[in-house]
Amino acid sequence: MTYPLLVTKRMTDFPSDSHTLERYEATGGYKAARASVGMTRDQLVEAIKNSGLLGRGGAAFSAGLKWSFLAPARPAYLVVNADESEPGTFKDRQLLERDPHQLVEGIIITAIANEVHRAFVYVRGEYPKPARRVQKAIDEAYAEGYLGKGIFGSSYDLDVVVHLGAGAYICGEETALINSLEGLRGEPRLKPPYFPAAVGLYNKPTIVNNVETLSNLPHILNQGIDSYKGLGHEADTGTFLFSISGHVKKPGNYELPHGITWNELIFDIAGGMRRERRLKTWIPGGASAPWFVPSDHLELPITKDDTAKAGSMLGSGAVVVMDEATCVVRAAERIVRFFAHESCGQCTPCREGTSWLEMILRRIEAGQGREVDFDLLLDVSDNISIGLAWPPRMTTICPLGPSAVSPIISITKYFKGEIMTHIHDGGCPLPA
Amino acid sequence: MSEWSEAVQERARAIVAQYPQRRSAVMPLLFLAMAQDGYLTEAGMIEVAEWTGITPAQVAAVATFYTMYKREPVGKYLVSCCTSISCMLLGSDQVMHALEEEAGALHGQVDAEGLIGVEHAECLGACGGAPAVQVNYELIEGVTPDKARQLVQWLRKARPETVNTDELQQLFGGTTSFEWAIKEEVGAVGPYPAFESFGSTAPVSADGTES
Repeated sequence: MTYPLLVTKRMTDFPSDSHTLERYEATGGYKAARASVGMTRDQLVEAIKNSGLLGRGGAAFSAGLKWSFLAPARPAYLVVNADESEPGTFKDRQLLERDPHQLVEGIIITAIANEVHRAFVYVRGEYPKPARRVQKAIDEAYAEGYLGKGIFGSSYDLDVVVHLGAGAYICGEETALINSLEGLRGEPRLKPPYFPAAVGLYNKPTIVNNVETLSNLPHILNQGIDSYKGLGHEADTGTFLFSISGHVKKPGNYELPHGITWNELIFDIAGGMRRERRLKTWIPGGASAPWFVPSDHLELPITKDDTAKAGSMLGSGAVVVMDEATCVVRAAERIVRFFAHESCGQCTPCREGTSWLEMILRRIEAGQGREVDFDLLLDVSDNISIGLAWPPRMTTICPLGPSAVSPIISITKYFKGEIMTHIHDGGCPLPA
Repeated sequence: MSEWSEAVQERARAIVAQYPQRRSAVMPLLFLAMAQDGYLTEAGMIEVAEWTGITPAQVAAVATFYTMYKREPVGKYLVSCCTSISCMLLGSDQVMHALEEEAGALHGQVDAEGLIGVEHAECLGACGGAPAVQVNYELIEGVTPDKARQLVQWLRKARPETVNTDELQQLFGGTTSFEWAIKEEVGAVGPYPAFESFGSTAPVSADGTES
């Protein structure tokens, strides 16, 4: 079964030059941006709202609604979140490298819709190649008069700057990203008052959108709202980029509609399990998401609502697949270690809690776990996110701390026996 | 008075001019400072403070928050091995071990000669081509422990002035997250990202060797 492509179509049809301005324009590029120069803020915001486009950075919030919240004060800023760092996610990297003009066009449309004359593209520091590609596309757009003074011969000015991060996952959180862009430590801000749409960059109204979100915009305007919605599944309109990794035969980025099942995604599209081993568990939406297991979730349709009802999320679209030989304690430890490493340190439950979770998991894996450690994992988790509910309840400024609880909830719920075997036998039954 | 050459000051001015407030230039200027000294020195941080109108302590507060600002020498080649979940599932711990053993340096250390630094990194966004390694942030996907050893040996022997992701991938890589398809024209000259405005790029000729 093949599905229609939008944001990965050009790179699929023209792999060797999809990044060039020539190819971009030869395949309808900058048509939507040109058209939007003559459109009003209301027209553009309504169009994107009606398209049903949800933010692709992980929170899945209506992009048009987000735009409509922009406070009237000016100047307003646009910040493109290209700080892709959620473990398992590599979709934006492909969009940045292989079709950077598509992003630039999305930036132009968003800027016009939000009366923005200055945009910043915040690319994670470990992505120098994607940053170079985007910079080149921006330089070409300036040379053509698509950016800079009087874009497309109009009286509208727009400047775009590429800003490199320096290795902090937390800067993917929009208020941390804004602090980082202001030259501060990348620590999330309290909301309220710091909702970016009201009090964002330099305390001005600011739109923060993800790379994939913006890459969809030219397609929505070019093909019309009904056609765009028709590609999706009910409330989940358009296409969605899944990054599949782990123990599958064909890992990669796949642009798909919602509504297919996990079975189809893992066994048909991603080619099934390596070495013909059995599927043990998978993460449906990035390291922050609670895990799924074959007995309960394999036939579930992949939609935002079905995933939420089952106690997890699609997040950034990162699917990490683990086979039967995977030690879940080790896998959880690796995810928790990530959050402990990336905790900004502002909030005690996160700063202390994630480190304690990491230490407890490490000693269980090393065969030094104690009988009480199972309950201790849950107790520490409860201090980070009270009640271990989904969606998580917060004791912290941002969701990073509660994210570290997801793997704990998952392994204690589905793999208690394996954890207790580690503790009782004094070691890992599934060594690497 | 700036210790930087006129050419570097020119770059610094261009960077500061990109932002409505000069404090925003702290992060790119810290990379620019690294490109002058090979790592982030105290003098570099003081310089950045002058350019951005904040105190050296405020600059240090920023520099210490982010992992890529190295305040100790990390060698000419910084080799970073991703050990996050997707890479771990496909054997990154063995790759990391091979790098450490071959280089004679553990995570966060530099080899005896001061040439090669080794570190483990959190997710590098190459999960579909796991395990992933970067040299001066130039990416290699699908790295095996054997290839990791060869990489260290090659860096010691060839001592390239520029490392470039396409060349590294060809020599030491395997499966990629997606088809790369397009050749890069530049590579990295030190343990900081290769990006034009930092002056940290150098051209690579068509056959993949530095020109």
